[in-house]
Amino acid sequence: MQMPQPDPSILAKKDRLRDRLSEVLPAEAVISDPAEAKVYECDALTAYACPPMLAVLPGSTEEVAAVLKICHQEGVPVVPRGSGTSLAGGALPTADSVILGVARMSDVLETDYENRFIRVQTGRTNLSVTGAVEAEGFFYAPDPSSQLACAIAGNVAMNSGGAHCLKYGVTTNNLMGVKMVLMDGTVVELGGAHLDAGGLDLLGVVCGSEGQLGVVTEATLRILHKPEGARPVLMGFDSSEAAGACVADIIRSGVLPVAIEFMDKLCIEACEDFAKAGYPLCEALLIVEVEGSDPEIAAQLETILEIARRHDPVELREARDADDAARIWLGRKSAFGAMGVLNDYMCLDGTIPVSALPEVLRRMGEMSEEFGLKVANVFHAGDGNMHPLILFDANTPGQLEICEAFGAEILKLCVEVGGCLTGEHGVGVEKRDLMRVQYGDADLEAQMAVKDVFDPAWLLNPAKVFPLDASGARRQRDVAA
Amino acid sequence: MRPGTEAELAEAVATAQGPLAIVGGGTRGVRPETGEVIETGGLSGITLYEPGALTLVVQAGTAVAEVETALAAEGQRLAFEPMDHRGLLGTVGAPTIGGVIAANVSGPRRIQAGAARDFALGVRFVDGTGTVIRNGGRVMKNVTGYDLVKLTAGSWGSLGVLTEVALKVLPAPAAQGSVVLTGLSTERAVAAMSRTLGSPFEVTGAAHLPEGPDGAPVTMIRVEGFEEQVRYRTGRLQALLEGFGAAHVALDTAADWAAIRDVKPFHEAAGDVWRVSCKPSDAPALAEKAGASGLIFDWGGGLIWVLMPKGTDLRTRLGDFGGHATLVRAAPETRAQLGTFQSEPAPVAALTAGLRARFDPKGLFNPGLMARAA
Repeated sequence: MQMPQPDPSILAKKDRLRDRLSEVLPAEAVISDPAEAKVYECDALTAYACPPMLAVLPGSTEEVAAVLKICHQEGVPVVPRGSGTSLAGGALPTADSVILGVARMSDVLETDYENRFIRVQTGRTNLSVTGAVEAEGFFYAPDPSSQLACAIAGNVAMNSGGAHCLKYGVTTNNLMGVKMVLMDGTVVELGGAHLDAGGLDLLGVVCGSEGQLGVVTEATLRILHKPEGARPVLMGFDSSEAAGACVADIIRSGVLPVAIEFMDKLCIEACEDFAKAGYPLCEALLIVEVEGSDPEIAAQLETILEIARRHDPVELREARDADDAARIWLGRKSAFGAMGVLNDYMCLDGTIPVSALPEVLRRMGEMSEEFGLKVANVFHAGDGNMHPLILFDANTPGQLEICEAFGAEILKLCVEVGGCLTGEHGVGVEKRDLMRVQYGDADLEAQMAVKDVFDPAWLLNPAKVFPLDASGARRQRDVAA
Repeated sequence: MRPGTEAELAEAVATAQGPLAIVGGGTRGVRPETGEVIETGGLSGITLYEPGALTLVVQAGTAVAEVETALAAEGQRLAFEPMDHRGLLGTVGAPTIGGVIAANVSGPRRIQAGAARDFALGVRFVDGTGTVIRNGGRVMKNVTGYDLVKLTAGSWGSLGVLTEVALKVLPAPAAQGSVVLTGLSTERAVAAMSRTLGSPFEVTGAAHLPEGPDGAPVTMIRVEGFEEQVRYRTGRLQALLEGFGAAHVALDTAADWAAIRDVKPFHEAAGDVWRVSCKPSDAPALAEKAGASGLIFDWGGGLIWVLMPKGTDLRTRLGDFGGHATLVRAAPETRAQLGTFQSEPAPVAALTAGLRARFDPKGLFNPGLMARAA
């Protein structure tokens, strides 16, 4: 993976920039000591690291605006950062960039149960948004698995999903408004406590723009009352085809589960060794969860179990109480940890049409033989968002490269069958060079035109999302300017 | 012009000599006065429908009715419940799915299920240079690159001509029912709706008519699901609404909800019709300021349909309220004078103008439509 060469003329400005930033920020919010700046050298895509020139931690929208204005004047690239949990390298710095972290901005600004929203500063973690409203019985629906740590800023940047999107949607479906600072320091407000845009849906394109259009400092988020209850059922099958057909039949039946999770054999075995959840050792396992009151849950599960029986399950296990439910989820929730015990792994994030599941699993198995690396599958089957985990040994020279090549082939397969490169993690640097697999030049040009409008100098997180050769002219034009 | 293929449409745009007025079914009442008409009706048909994946890919000029029939055959539907503008605007023709997405048209269920834009998974469109652009796809979770799908949804054709859209569809529940309250003031009605919308019972419609069919105020709260579920939830909602007067349950309210969706009470009434999106709890005060000849509250108060004497500037009366007011029905002079869309603060207007200039550098598409700077 390639990153642009740092610009010596920008590196030469470091001291002046530090001094200027120190004029608009408290002393502790400007980090220029290389040892301290190293903290920001990577995000959760740890294979790549590069300490930034400087890091700043503004405490308000006004401070963010002041920082961006200075960096804009100086022509210095800025990489926004939430909690640094991106799996795609979304917050990976370059050596000539300033990291702008929003972690100090984590206040709840307004909770409005009558109108069902919460307004927060975006450094606040996803889970603590729910934490702020759960005493009243409410929650914030998008639940990425990093929700304990990940910030709303990053959720908005990446349009994060989670396990419950089949019913509740992803971030963009739950985001009502933002306050955002453009690269030149202009503050704009999009959306708010009302629904839908009166003009162009700029909020819709800001969400998921990976910190390239502006720095979002406040977000208005839709909150919902928690369901009365939820209960999972576990199903084992002796083929992934049967499991895939069962998923499609459940969806067609009219029942809308809140989650449908899929695990394949390698994943089941690893989880079983790790968590001892009592999973059947079969080819494919589904966990289907429904919500409602007890009678509503019972009625939905009856339909689901009847469908499952038509697909010759080797196991059907209904949770009778909270303990049972926790045990059913235990293995799934420890999947990533269990894989970590087995080996180093790379987690992919492609989405496929649910109907293509058996074919994709079969071809992934063939590729696994070809590349000589094992791949385990755990994913959100209801919405087709796969998370193949490729196991490799980071200490064996060359294995990371083989693993990356294998990963790229899997993602190409996802696109080939009608899906996409990334369902919820984002492009970042990780999938940047695969973008042409999914999009033609005109399609990428149209996306880059949006950045031209929001950030004409291409200073915000510039080396992400688009293949470097596609964005090169835009980035270099501005370095020269 | 009525191109029969995307390539023909792209060629027509590439060689256009002047402004173009993009027309799907021509039922939404915003056709620009000027510009050569370019119809999308020639791009018709369902490209792909996978009920088991809740996915539909359809040519933009396909009639909404054709889409709804195909979905109904599989027990599914467009969950965002798109409004039919014909009755309100006195237009004729067949609304198209491209028009629904281009105008981000949603109905009462928007408050629970989401808007048209939330169900749009992918688009193909022709930009102002005649280039075909693809964005999104046909899967529910997709964060690959920027979301131009949301940007084109609700753009009223100002960024390009849609040629194909991919939609998420949902199962149509077996039953629906409404809890009906009568005689409430607007304040009390919004409070009642708010209480139910903040409950776990997944209310899929919350509307208030200050003048119901027999003249008295009617408030309706809808739930949908399987039969036992509707029975259970309407019962719980009744209990929750204690203190708001007698609440009865009606199971045959589909026509009432269609009437609210299509703003039926204003079909025959004289006057301009405005659509106001606001914070729900602001609705009573805004309605007071409007001095309207008629009001319908949907989305728990978050959407107000306002019937105004002809030529009245509702926006001036409402002042700055954090939402927006769109002029939906008015004489051309009034439209010209007041503008269909609410103006935007300068920095937002600059972004909008910048995007239009990039996607439509020759200024061909629907000139005059969309927001202006404040």
